[in-house]
Amino acid sequence: MTEDRQSAPSAGDVVLLVGTMKGAFVLTSNADRREWRTEGPFFRGETVYSLAFDQRGGRNRILAGTQSWHWGSVVRTSDDFGATWTSPERQNVKFPEDSGLALANIWQIRPGPVSEPDLVYCGVEPAALFQSRDAGDTWSAVDGVLNHEHRPRWQPGGGGLCLHTIVLDAAEPRRMGVAISTAGFYRTDDGGQSWQARNHGVRAEFLPDKHPEFGQCVHKVVNHPSRPERLYLQNHWGLYRSDDWGDTWHDIANGVPSDFGFAIEVHPHEPDTVYIIPLESDQFRIVPEAKLRVYRTREAGETWHPLSEGLPQEGAYETVLRDGLCTDGHARAGIYFGTRGGKLFGSADAGDTWNEISATLPPIVCVKAGVVGGAA
Amino acid sequence: MTQPRDGAIVVELPSMLQPYAAGRAEIRLGTPCRTVGDALAAVATLHGGVTDRVMDERGIVRQHVNVFVDGENIRFTAGLETPVDPGSTIVIVPAVSGG
Repeated sequence: MTEDRQSAPSAGDVVLLVGTMKGAFVLTSNADRREWRTEGPFFRGETVYSLAFDQRGGRNRILAGTQSWHWGSVVRTSDDFGATWTSPERQNVKFPEDSGLALANIWQIRPGPVSEPDLVYCGVEPAALFQSRDAGDTWSAVDGVLNHEHRPRWQPGGGGLCLHTIVLDAAEPRRMGVAISTAGFYRTDDGGQSWQARNHGVRAEFLPDKHPEFGQCVHKVVNHPSRPERLYLQNHWGLYRSDDWGDTWHDIANGVPSDFGFAIEVHPHEPDTVYIIPLESDQFRIVPEAKLRVYRTREAGETWHPLSEGLPQEGAYETVLRDGLCTDGHARAGIYFGTRGGKLFGSADAGDTWNEISATLPPIVCVKAGVVGGAA
Repeated sequence: MTQPRDGAIVVELPSMLQPYAAGRAEIRLGTPCRTVGDALAAVATLHGGVTDRVMDERGIVRQHVNVFVDGENIRFTAGLETPVDPGSTIVIVPAVSGG
């Protein structure tokens, strides 16, 4: 079964995937990234927390984790930029019967290593990691996370108990990390069989013990393929870097207006260039001073500088969530973010200047981008 | 509501679920069923895509789905243990809810 739309980008074009509370949109542009063509909404009325663009194995596959208010969640795919989508007959992400768990939402879809082009991961609520070995059609739970000894003591965050982040190691495919709210960051070095909490140095402001082994509310973790051991972490209060794949974390909130936030992303070609969008506080999840600013460091967090040219600097009561910020891999990096207010912004010059791509989308929860045919 | 004359249990589907039942608006069950749970299990053997969307992995009817047996919402009777009789009609409808 398919849903029909039309869209036909070509090599060098940029694809921008936007997941909202009311469906998904696929935007395309040429390398200039000035004019965008919008297709959608796909999956009308369903929430789309997770999207991915997978170009491994000769595919141009979009994967979408869709959640129907009534009928549950599935992963759907499109190999033609959204013109048609699969609609799986059976729920394809399913907990084992003996787990006693039921899928609530699919928070993250992450294509696996280049060396295994059919391997895809997804992170779900309640917190679990699933993997697909057929590029996203069928899925199974990763036992090492499902049966983790800490699971009985993991607590849900405001969005539920979700595994929302999957971090890979381009040099060592058996090593990867996941982040769970609120359980913290976990790493495996053996391909997912065993997972160790890696939260040393990360605060848990909401617990009596501010530095527990696990239980932190990690909001997002990113790294760069060329330097996978260097991780950047946006916490529920706290901005951190690790240079040893999470063994230790160090505060890098140097000069930011708030170290509370969700979104963090690394530049596609510069492993020490990172972007964040701070929010005022957990009680008032709005950009500080109602000024919409992206903060960028070019020195791995030593200093941060606001980027605001082209962004509203007055009365911008906006929130950007954990998957609302992304880059496109273009040689001249494109940076994009979407707000809960339904505004979509883009920069074609690595954040120096910004343009409003759309102001009238439904609440945005996920933005992902890629260059057709790889980086231009 | 359909009134079957052959003693079959009829399961009426909303339009959103009909693609998962080969386009059918209703499924007629000729096998004996004691409860609505038995009937949904029988549906699962025919059209698993329907029951995947009505119940979660634990076999619990999803929060925003309502199942009626002869006009009664099973949430207010005996849930999946609600008895069905030959000729009963089971109606599946999305709840009046949404984000």
